[in-house]
Amino acid sequence: MPFTNKPQVFNASINTVSFGGQGCSVTLGGANVYPLYTFDAAIANMPKIGVEVSDLGCDASIPGLSEFYRGAATVAEQAARAAAMEGADFVCLKLDSADPNGKNSSVEDCVATAKAVCDAVTGAGKPLAVMGCKNIEKDTELFVKISEALQGKNVLLISAREENYKTVGASAILAYGQKVSAESSVDINLAKQLNVLISQLGIQAGNTVMNLGSAAAGYGFEYVASTMDRVKSAALTQNDAMLQMPVVTPVGSDAWSVKEALLDEADMPEWGSREERGIQMEIVTAAACLASGSDAVILRHPESVKTISELISALK
Amino acid sequence: MALKGLDIFKLSPKTNCKDCGSPTCMAFCMKVAQGAISIDKCPHMSPEAIAKLSEQTAPPMKTIKVGDFTLGGETVLYRHEKTFVSRCLYSAYVCDGMSDADARIARVGAVDYERIGERMYVELLYVDHCAEQPGDKYLELVGKAKASGRALILGVKDAGLAARALELVKGTPVILNGANESNYEAMNRLASEDIVLGVSAASIEALYETVEKLEALGNKNLILDVGAASIKDAFANAVKIRRAALKNEDRVFGYPSIVNTAALAPGDSHMQAALASLFTARYGSVIVMDEMDYAKALPLYGLRQNLFTDPQKPMKVTPGVYPLNGADENAVCATTVDFALTYFVVSGEIERSGVPVNLLISDAGGYSVLTAWAAGKLSASSIAKFIDENAIESKIKSRTLLIPGKVAVLKGELEAKLPGWKIVVAPNEAVQLVRFLKEFAG
Ligand code: B12
Ligand code: SF4
Repeated sequence: MPFTNKPQVFNASINTVSFGGQGCSVTLGGANVYPLYTFDAAIANMPKIGVEVSDLGCDASIPGLSEFYRGAATVAEQAARAAAMEGADFVCLKLDSADPNGKNSSVEDCVATAKAVCDAVTGAGKPLAVMGCKNIEKDTELFVKISEALQGKNVLLISAREENYKTVGASAILAYGQKVSAESSVDINLAKQLNVLISQLGIQAGNTVMNLGSAAAGYGFEYVASTMDRVKSAALTQNDAMLQMPVVTPVGSDAWSVKEALLDEADMPEWGSREERGIQMEIVTAAACLASGSDAVILRHPESVKTISELISALK
Repeated sequence: MALKGLDIFKLSPKTNCKDCGSPTCMAFCMKVAQGAISIDKCPHMSPEAIAKLSEQTAPPMKTIKVGDFTLGGETVLYRHEKTFVSRCLYSAYVCDGMSDADARIARVGAVDYERIGERMYVELLYVDHCAEQPGDKYLELVGKAKASGRALILGVKDAGLAARALELVKGTPVILNGANESNYEAMNRLASEDIVLGVSAASIEALYETVEKLEALGNKNLILDVGAASIKDAFANAVKIRRAALKNEDRVFGYPSIVNTAALAPGDSHMQAALASLFTARYGSVIVMDEMDYAKALPLYGLRQNLFTDPQKPMKVTPGVYPLNGADENAVCATTVDFALTYFVVSGEIERSGVPVNLLISDAGGYSVLTAWAAGKLSASSIAKFIDENAIESKIKSRTLLIPGKVAVLKGELEAKLPGWKIVVAPNEAVQLVRFLKEFAG
């Protein structure tokens, strides 16, 4: 008997979500097959790559990174550079400086940065995502003010959580027409619950994506992979509308903060170049995220961005 | 396909003799179909019937042995459905056309370390033969590869040369990756119980047909090469093969796979790592890369270890006091959770610092620091309770306790709950502990 492939093409599909302004928008989602299964049916929107730019500047201890951003004095200039990076689909501004336990920049300063960065990135023809500092109270305030200041720019705000989805959802999406990522902690039920709550605000599908949680390879990644696998399966096989949002996974921050990427070469000479270790950690984690269903990954290093974008093109 | 009772009944003696303990053959066959009783409990079943039935009740994917390594035997497509059973293996690559093959072989053992009780190293070495190179050159390379002590994958399609190569490596576990639609008969004659035969073909249909033919020749000790036509094809083939076996119960494809990223992305170490990651997640059983270095190994082996853990089994260490670096009662205390990964990372860094530390591990449900904290399983109370219940104050004289930076918020409450103790917020990441402890110890 000859081999018969049985494609898994579903009647359900992942929502499409677009962000960015006219002429420079990016669309996530839309697939009606399992992640990267282009051999079952064409995937119109292959996964996208965001480049993370911190408002604290790039990590100067990584030679390749500082080389890439050399001469870009302001955050806006760095963002423009990131927008032009080979393989970049969008730029993700990370407002690290806002952290009350760190530099504690004022909301006004952050809004000004976001505006300047938005102009720079849009000018370079790419859409913008904005990530907070992980402090719930500060992020809530930031997102509200940034939404207002960037009205009409259709940016993606990362993220709204259980504690602040109401304020963020209402202002960002309902009042100012931005897009929002809903963040939960590596658990399918938590993800679904948050999406249900957001939809109860009267927010239509197409306005939100999900961050299901993330971890670096080797650091609890099995939970990340299994959560994504289960979410995609429920979205496609059970047509669960509350799990059909595209998945956006920030990879860079986890990948560059584990020992493998932090330890100086002098401390462990046989491990070799620290930068190379960070790049490979970012690449391996990102590729595994794509396998389990990230519709976008957010990365830091030009080398990882290039490799992952080539991988995505090769699988198209 | 699960066999129906009726199908089994058709093959049964239909005499209702009750020797099996069931009142009728029909009743017996229904129980067999449910898996409640095994077919050989009927003493009158014909050998043909038993052969046919055990074939159909066999697991969907075969378990293939390469020396002490086990490949395949998977029952699910996703780990959350049950668990994966055979972790993938990684292989380095040399071919007889390489000028630096010797140096590469010498470096095969460069990566070798332990991570949470598991030895991480390159398990296999792929020795490829380019058609342009003379056979003797290949044999010379095979001889050198054998000395590496690794299990070998011989990439050779010429049966005559393969026979000579096999002769050279007797006693070494081997995958002979050389059978295809045109040479499978000759190759099959070389394979034996302890030589796994790798099969490749120009298309997935041809691969399927070739496997059927090899099975007809009695060979079920196979591994399937997903090919190197393109990344897209290789990925498609890996998924289609595994899906056919596990979802559609097509046993012809019930074999492990081999993926050669060195051929898919020649010379591109970053792309090879990306591919190795993709195929670790999706259905590669043996994953070949040019070379394994620490930059690739650290994330890949970590990923593999994560994905191949059994989701039903928590990874915990036993709570208690762990004296590190010869810590005695005067050594400073540090605390963390009982999650195996956390323990492994933290104890590793403390050991690296060389500073004696009493590591106090409390019962935190096997969760990471922040997970345990968020779940209420790591708190000032839980730490204080641990110190009390284990009579730490009578065993250890030091009254300094280092707490993980990620739960700095516990400091105040701990000071209130543990009078006389100095609570010190240590860094966020364990890797920062080395410098911190050295400075701390003065
Ligand atoms: C995997 C995971 C889970 C798994 C559990 C895995 C496990 N065994 O712990 C599951 C899915 C079960 C889970 C559940 C939950 N999780 Co969770 N989870 C994670 C995830 C993705 C990885 C955790 C991990 O394995 N880390 C690796 C280990 C090694 O890290 P670690 O223990 O912290 O150790 C490091 C440092 O702390 C340091 N260190 C450790 N000890 C010590 C000691 C000293 C002295 C020093 C100096 C340093 C040090 O060394 C290590 C390396 O540097 C993280 C996100 C992330 N990327 O970290 C979220 C995360 C920890 N989870 C979170 C939450 C909220 C939860 C839940 C409460 C969600 C819920 N509402 O139900 C539940 C709690 C469990 C429950 N209700 O039963 C949050 C915590 C938020 C916060 N800041 O408090 C996180 C950060 C995700 C997020 N961003 O929201 N989770
Ligand atoms: S022992 Fe065999 S033949 Fe006899 S009743 Fe049972 S199934 Fe039928």
